[in-house]
Amino acid sequence: MKTLINRRKFLQGGIAASAAATVSLAKKSQAAHFEGYPDSMGVLVDLSRCVGCRSCEAACNQEQNLPTPEKPFNDFSVFDEMHHGQKRRTDETAYTVVNRYDVPGMDHPLFRKIQCNHCQEPACLTSCFVNAYTKTPEGAVIYNADVCVGCRTCMVACPFYIPTFRYSSAFHPRIMKCIFCYDTRLSKGKPPACVEACPQEALTFGRRNDVLNMGRQRIRENPDKYEDHIYGEHEAGGTAWMYISPAPFDKVGMDTTVPKEPILNFVKDFLAIVPMVLTIWPALFTGIHLLATRKDKLEQSKKTEGEV
Amino acid sequence: MTINPKAVLAAAIVLLAGTLPTTGLALEQLDAPETVTIDAISKLYGPVEFSHKRHSQLARCKDCHHHTTGQQDMDPNCIRCHANSPEKMVVSCKDCHTKKMFYPEQVTATDNPNLYHIDKPGIKGAYHLNCIPCHVKKNAPSGCEGCHAMTDAGKKMFRTDVKGKAEGAKHHE
Repeated sequence: MKTLINRRKFLQGGIAASAAATVSLAKKSQAAHFEGYPDSMGVLVDLSRCVGCRSCEAACNQEQNLPTPEKPFNDFSVFDEMHHGQKRRTDETAYTVVNRYDVPGMDHPLFRKIQCNHCQEPACLTSCFVNAYTKTPEGAVIYNADVCVGCRTCMVACPFYIPTFRYSSAFHPRIMKCIFCYDTRLSKGKPPACVEACPQEALTFGRRNDVLNMGRQRIRENPDKYEDHIYGEHEAGGTAWMYISPAPFDKVGMDTTVPKEPILNFVKDFLAIVPMVLTIWPALFTGIHLLATRKDKLEQSKKTEGEV
Repeated sequence: MTINPKAVLAAAIVLLAGTLPTTGLALEQLDAPETVTIDAISKLYGPVEFSHKRHSQLARCKDCHHHTTGQQDMDPNCIRCHANSPEKMVVSCKDCHTKKMFYPEQVTATDNPNLYHIDKPGIKGAYHLNCIPCHVKKNAPSGCEGCHAMTDAGKKMFRTDVKGKAEGAKHHE
C-alpha cells in the first residue's frame, strides 16, 4: 500500500495551512463597505420610456469618435440581429447598444440600452493588476490604455459583460468601454452625450442619490406601471447607472442573479492570501528542500573523503 | 417660437378680459394661437409647425397644459395641490420645462428641500413623453420623421451615409 503523499495532496495541505494562517488576518484587513463618493453622478434608465430610436447609440458614436457602424443608426433591423444566439452586445465599435424585448403579456415591445453601469466598487478595477481603471469622484469608471497590458481580466471580472477588446488593431489594442463621457462632458459638469440625445428622457442624469429618489417616486406614484425594484441600487454593490422597468428584469435580458454586494467581496479573502503565498512559500519550501537533501550531501561528502 | 398676429390679438383680449370675474372660467381654445413653431431645441431635427388649433380640437387643454389653463386637472395625484389652481399668466411649455436639462443648474435644483416636482421633465422630454403616447393611441405619426425632418446635423450623427451592411469588413486603423 502506497502511503506516499503525492504532490497534489502536499500542495493542498500547504494552501490550507496558509489559508488558516491568514483568515483572521484577512478578516481584519477587510475594508468597510465603500458607499460611493458623495454627490457622485448617476443615470436612471426608465424602460417604460425608451422607444428604441437609437439616438443614444448615434450620439455615443459621434462623441467618442467610434468607427463607422455597419448600418446607419436609424436602421431598426439591428433589433432582429442575433450574434451567436445572443442579442447585440457592446463591442469595440459601440460603447452602448439598444435591444428590443418582446415581453409576454405586453402589447408592445420594450427596449433596453446597455452600457457600462459604472459600479460603485467596480470588479474591473479591482481585478486590474496595473491599476488601469479609476473610479472618479464624479462616478465614472475610466480606463487608461497607457498602462494596460491587455490581459483582459477585467472582461472576465465584469458581472455585466461590458468591457470589450479592440482585437482589430494590431498596434493599438486596448479595452473599449463606456467612460460616462468623462473627458469631454462629465468632468465639465455636462450630461453624457447619450443622455442629452435621448428625446424621451428615458435617461435621467443627476446625482446618484437624486435619481434614486426619482426612481422611487415614479414607482411609488405608479405602482401598476413599474416593477417594485431599482436595478443597480444594490446589484454588484450598487451602480451609477440604474434601471426601472414595467416588466420583470429577467424578461428584458437583465441578469437578476448578479450578487447584491461588490464582486470584490468574493475574492478579498483569497487575494489576502496571495502575498503570503508569494513571500512565505519560497522560503519555506527552500528550507524543506535543503533539510531533505542535507543527508544525501553529507553522505556524498563522506564518500568523496573516503576515496581521497 | 413665433406667434401669429391673431394670437397676439387673442392674448390682448385675454388680458382685457382679465378684469372680469374669472372664477370657474377657463382659457378658451379661441384664445390660443393657431400654430406654434416649436424650434427651441431644433438641432438634429427641424422645427415643428405645430397646429395648435387642430390639436385643441382633439385633446383637452389640460392634457398638455396640466393645471395652467384653469381647467381642473383630474389626476388624483395632481389634484392634491392643484384642485383649485387658477389659470396662469404663462401657459407655454418652455415657461416651465427647461431647455438646459441635466446641466448643473437643474441638477442642483433638488437642493431646495421645498421643491416637490423633483422629477419634472425638460422641454424635450415634455414634448415627446406627452405627444408620442397620444399619437400612438390615435394612429397619428409616431416615428421620428413623422413630425420633424432630420437636419444635416442629424444625418451626420445618425450616419445615414452608411448604406446597409458594408461589403467586406471595414476595419478602422
